[in-house]
Amino acid sequence: MATPVKDPLTGAETTGHVWDDSLQEFNNPLPRWWLWTFYGTIIFTILYWVMYPSWPIGNTYLKGIGNDITYKTDAGEEKTTHWNMRALLAHDMQNGAEAIKQQEYLAKVGAASYEQIAQDPDMSSFVRSYGVGMFGDNCAACHQSGGQGVVGQFPNLVDDDWLWGGDTTAIENTIRHGRLGYMPAYSKTFDETQLNQVANYVLTLSGEPAVDAAAAAEGQKIFQGQAGGCYMCHTKEGTGMHAQGSANLTDKVWTIANLPAAETPEAKLEAVKAVIHNGVKRQMPVFGKDGRNLSDTEIKVLVAYLQQMSGGATAQ
Amino acid sequence: MFKHESIETNSGLLIVLTLVAISIGGLVEIVPLHYINETVEDVKDPATGLEVVRPYTPLEQRGRDIYIREGCYTCHSQMIRPFRDEDLRYGHYSLAAESKYDHPFQWGSKRTGPDLARVGGKYSNEWQVQHLKAPRSVVPESIMPNYPWLTETDLDLSDLQDRMVALKRVGVPYSQTTVEYEDNVKKFGEEVAKKLDINQAEANLIAQAKAGNYDGNPNNISEMDALVAYLQVLGTMVDFKKFDEDHFIQFR
Repeated sequence: MATPVKDPLTGAETTGHVWDDSLQEFNNPLPRWWLWTFYGTIIFTILYWVMYPSWPIGNTYLKGIGNDITYKTDAGEEKTTHWNMRALLAHDMQNGAEAIKQQEYLAKVGAASYEQIAQDPDMSSFVRSYGVGMFGDNCAACHQSGGQGVVGQFPNLVDDDWLWGGDTTAIENTIRHGRLGYMPAYSKTFDETQLNQVANYVLTLSGEPAVDAAAAAEGQKIFQGQAGGCYMCHTKEGTGMHAQGSANLTDKVWTIANLPAAETPEAKLEAVKAVIHNGVKRQMPVFGKDGRNLSDTEIKVLVAYLQQMSGGATAQ
Repeated sequence: MFKHESIETNSGLLIVLTLVAISIGGLVEIVPLHYINETVEDVKDPATGLEVVRPYTPLEQRGRDIYIREGCYTCHSQMIRPFRDEDLRYGHYSLAAESKYDHPFQWGSKRTGPDLARVGGKYSNEWQVQHLKAPRSVVPESIMPNYPWLTETDLDLSDLQDRMVALKRVGVPYSQTTVEYEDNVKKFGEEVAKKLDINQAEANLIAQAKAGNYDGNPNNISEMDALVAYLQVLGTMVDFKKFDEDHFIQFR
């Protein structure tokens, strides 16, 4: 057992250990501030044990005293329990300043018309900040975070072209009930010549030059007649019908055939032919009841957010 | 005065005492969880009285193996904490009961990507397949790697039953005998119990893959089928609409 020795040079105490004949170690006391902080943490621990759930006892545990949490059950009953994260979350969702503010705004937006939301700067900015989260969570996976969609797969939501109608009622219906976009495949109906003729005609509808003008004239007959029956959904003029979700073929917006990416008229023709040949089957999921279960207010926020995102243009 | 000297000069004793000292934290925090009644919630369907959290079906379990093989857990956690921001972003906080059949569990805390505890049903199968093959084709800002081989690789079924037996040994109630099967019928209902029968594992897996056609290719059962089946079941077993929030608070 080593005994503490005073170092003759400095007068400070050493630990008494001696290594290699002469190497010794000062026994410097811990700094006071450090020592008291250490004692403080021990006192904190004991307070923490008393106040918060801590020591296990058999098949239960000390639940803590002095900081009970009161929350409401879904059934509306008020309950008080020992401190725990779940009760704290319930309390926070019911009584937290932000949560209450958010509920107030949601109630306000839920009761307002779309015109009122658009005209009220407060509600508009709420819709913008709440809607961006909802859009990111529910819509962006397909329609992309900017709402631009993916040509060939998911429609663009920030242009003025709406397959199923762009007024608030139509968009609400689309979100609530989902949509099934369907065009039959003409692979069996049309032979190669007919396919070529119809595709040429469809190109001319939106002002693209036909690859073969004579074929386009023949294609018009098929499009507007019983042979093709295209007019039944797309109308004789090719403007489409919102009730059917059939595309307007006379504008420059393409959602399935990727015409903007096709550089030559021939490539454009091929893109259109592929769509007619294969048909279209696209599904927008149900976001209302029996689907993702968004509430009416949440759907309203999304519609109002979409209105803002697409520049407010919701004309039919 | 320096009793430490006897410890410091005896390395065997030092090792033993060090192990004792550092074990105390673990023992005090972890061991009691196995004895405290409220640790794992009791989640029974209020209407039928059946357990709603069930072990994974063979196809889902194989998907889970692939999830682990590909290291998905290095970027994705599977535990939603009971905080307001997590609740708003990911949905209801995770229950202990929801991962009681997970071996090993996938809770994690590293979120380079989002939490996946409730990703089931959030996206369509087509989206999941597309996203796994080429994440940036659907989420341009994503930094997730591509996993194109999943659709091209047939799922290995050779050791399917062994895998389930191994899980059974650590407590997952897959059934091998008629008695065990009957227990599962009582616990989970007949429909689920059938899927947990090790003897029928391969037939069950093939049936689910054919019916679900998760990867969009009906001609084969690929690793993609399994992984998407697993992702689509995550967090969907408990229907929180059937429970009063209070029920889960009472377990804490």
